Amino acid sequence: MLATEDLALVRGGREVISGLSLALAPGRIVALVGPNGAGKSSLLMGLAGLIAPARGSVSLDGEVLAGLSPKARARALGYLPQEGALAWDVAVEVLVALGRLPWGDRGSAAIEAALGALDLLHLRRRPVSALSGGERARALLARVLAGEPRWILADEPLAALDLAHQLALLAHLRACADAGQGVVMVLHDLALAMNHADHVVVLDEGRLAAQGPPAEALTEEVIARVWSVRAHWLGPPGARALVSTGLP
Amino acid sequence: MSRASLAFAALLALLVPLSLLAGRVLIAPWAEGPANAALILAELRAPRAALALVIGAGLGAAGAAMQGYLRNSLADPGLFGIAPMAALGAVASFWARPLLPAALADWALPGLALAGAGLGMAALALIAGRSTSDGAGGAGSGIALFTLAGLMLASLAGALTALAITLAPNAFALSEIVLWLNGALTDRSWREVALAAPLVLAGIAVLLRAAPALDALTLGEAAARSLGVDARRLLLLLVVGVGLTVGASVAVAGIIGFVGLIVPHLVRPLTDRLPSSLLVPSALAGAALVLAADSLVRILPLVTELRLGIALSLIGAPFFGYLLMKMRRGLV
Repeated sequence: MLATEDLALVRGGREVISGLSLALAPGRIVALVGPNGAGKSSLLMGLAGLIAPARGSVSLDGEVLAGLSPKARARALGYLPQEGALAWDVAVEVLVALGRLPWGDRGSAAIEAALGALDLLHLRRRPVSALSGGERARALLARVLAGEPRWILADEPLAALDLAHQLALLAHLRACADAGQGVVMVLHDLALAMNHADHVVVLDEGRLAAQGPPAEALTEEVIARVWSVRAHWLGPPGARALVSTGLP
Repeated sequence: MSRASLAFAALLALLVPLSLLAGRVLIAPWAEGPANAALILAELRAPRAALALVIGAGLGAAGAAMQGYLRNSLADPGLFGIAPMAALGAVASFWARPLLPAALADWALPGLALAGAGLGMAALALIAGRSTSDGAGGAGSGIALFTLAGLMLASLAGALTALAITLAPNAFALSEIVLWLNGALTDRSWREVALAAPLVLAGIAVLLRAAPALDALTLGEAAARSLGVDARRLLLLLVVGVGLTVGASVAVAGIIGFVGLIVPHLVRPLTDRLPSSLLVPSALAGAALVLAADSLVRILPLVTELRLGIALSLIGAPFFGYLLMKMRRGLV
C-alpha cells in the first residue's frame, strides 16, 4: 500500500499539494489526472520520495518514506520522469542497466527480462538517439522495470506516443499490475484514464477533487467542475470517447 | 580492465620510454650519450615524466567526472573555480615568500596553491551544497548552482590574480608570476612528484567513488535521486575529488588547461559512454597527452622552451572550436 496522510508539498515556495490523504493498492493501474498545474507531477515526485513533505507523510506498506534509506526507497519505487532527455547517447542495454544501480549489479537477469518484456532485445546495442519515439519510450520504461520495483511511478509515459504505441505501452503496464506491481501514472488524456485505469485520482489546485473507479471519478459533472469544460462520454464501457462541447 | 583502458595503458607503455629519450640531448641505448646521461635520466627526465603522468591522469579523470556531473561534454574542470583559486594562492606566495623563513619559503608556492584550491572547494561546497531539494530544477538546483558558483569563483580569482600582477613588487617578480601562470614541468624534481602524486591519486579514488551516482545522472537529476543518489554526497565527492586532482596539479605545474576537456571527448567513443566507464581510461589518456605534449615542447627547436600550458592551450582552443562547430550541427 502506498499512502499519503494529510500530505502537503511545497515547490519553489508555493504549496502545490495541500492536505492530501490517499491509499493506493498495488496490482492496479492508478491514473493521476487534473488540469495543468493541479500538482500531478509534484504528487508523483512526492510519492517517489523525491520531494520532502512540508506537512503530513507518505508511507509505503506502513513505513514512512522519509525513514527509509535512499537505497531501500530506490529499490521499492521506480520513478519514470516526464522529461526523458539523456545526457549521453548510450546503447539501449546500457540505459536499461542503469535501473540496477540501487542493487549494485549490472549483469543481472532482470535486465534481460526487462529488455524482453518491452520487446527491445533486437535493439539492445542501438544508441538511444537512433530509436523512434515509441522505441525510446519503451526503453525508458524498461530501465524502470529492470530495477524490479514494487511500484512504478510514471509521469506521462504515454505523451508523444501514437495510438498503437500508447496501447502497447499500456499493455506492458497492465502486465506489471497483473503481476502484483503497483502502477501510478500521470495522464492528460481522460479517455485513456477512463478506459485503462482501475482507479482514478482527480487533482484540482493541489487538492483531491474526486477519486474512485473511472466511471465514478470522471463523471461529466467532475469534468465540468475541475476542467471548466462541458463534455460528454460516448460509447460503451471500456471503449469510451470524450467529446467536449465547449466552455460552460 | 576495459578495452579503452588497455589501449591507453599500451600507449603509455610506448610513450614513457620515448619521453625519457627526448630532450636537449638525445639519450638512447644505441647512441653514445653524454657523460652525465644517468644523472639526466634520474634527476631530470624521470621526475618530469612522472609528474606529467600524475598531472595528466588527475586532469583527465577530473574532466571526465565534471562532464558527467554537469551532463555536458563541454565542461572543463578549469572552468569551475578551483584551478583559478589555486593559481591565486600560488601568486600570493610570491608576496609571502620574502616574509617566510628559508625552510618554509620553498614550500610557500605549492602550499598556498593547495590552500587556494581548498578555499575554492569549501566555497563551492558551502554555496552549492545548501541548495533546495524540492526538485523544482532551475537555478535553485544543485548542479546549476554549482556551475554558477564555480564561474563566480573563477572570475573573482582571475580578477585578484590580475590585481596581484599589476601590483607586482618588482619586474623580476612580475615576469616570474606571468611565466609561472602558464604551466610547465621544466626543472621539476622528485619533490614535486612526492607532493602531487598522493593528492592526485587520492582525488582519483574519490572520483571513482562518485562514479555510480554520475551514471545515474545520465537520466537527469530527479531520476538519479529516485535511483538512490544522495545529491549532497555526490557534490561533496566531486568537490573533494576535483579539488585534490586539479589543486595538486596547479600547485606543482601551474595552469595546464584543456586536458580535462579534450581527453574525455577522445575517450568517450571507445567506451559505453557512461561516466563510470570514462574515468580510468580518461586518467590514462590524460597522462599520455600531457606526457606526449611535454616531450614535444622539449624537443621543439626554439630558443626558450615553449611552456606546456601554452602548448596545450594552442592545441585545446582550436579543438574546443571544433567541438562547438560539431555541436552546431547537432552531432555532439
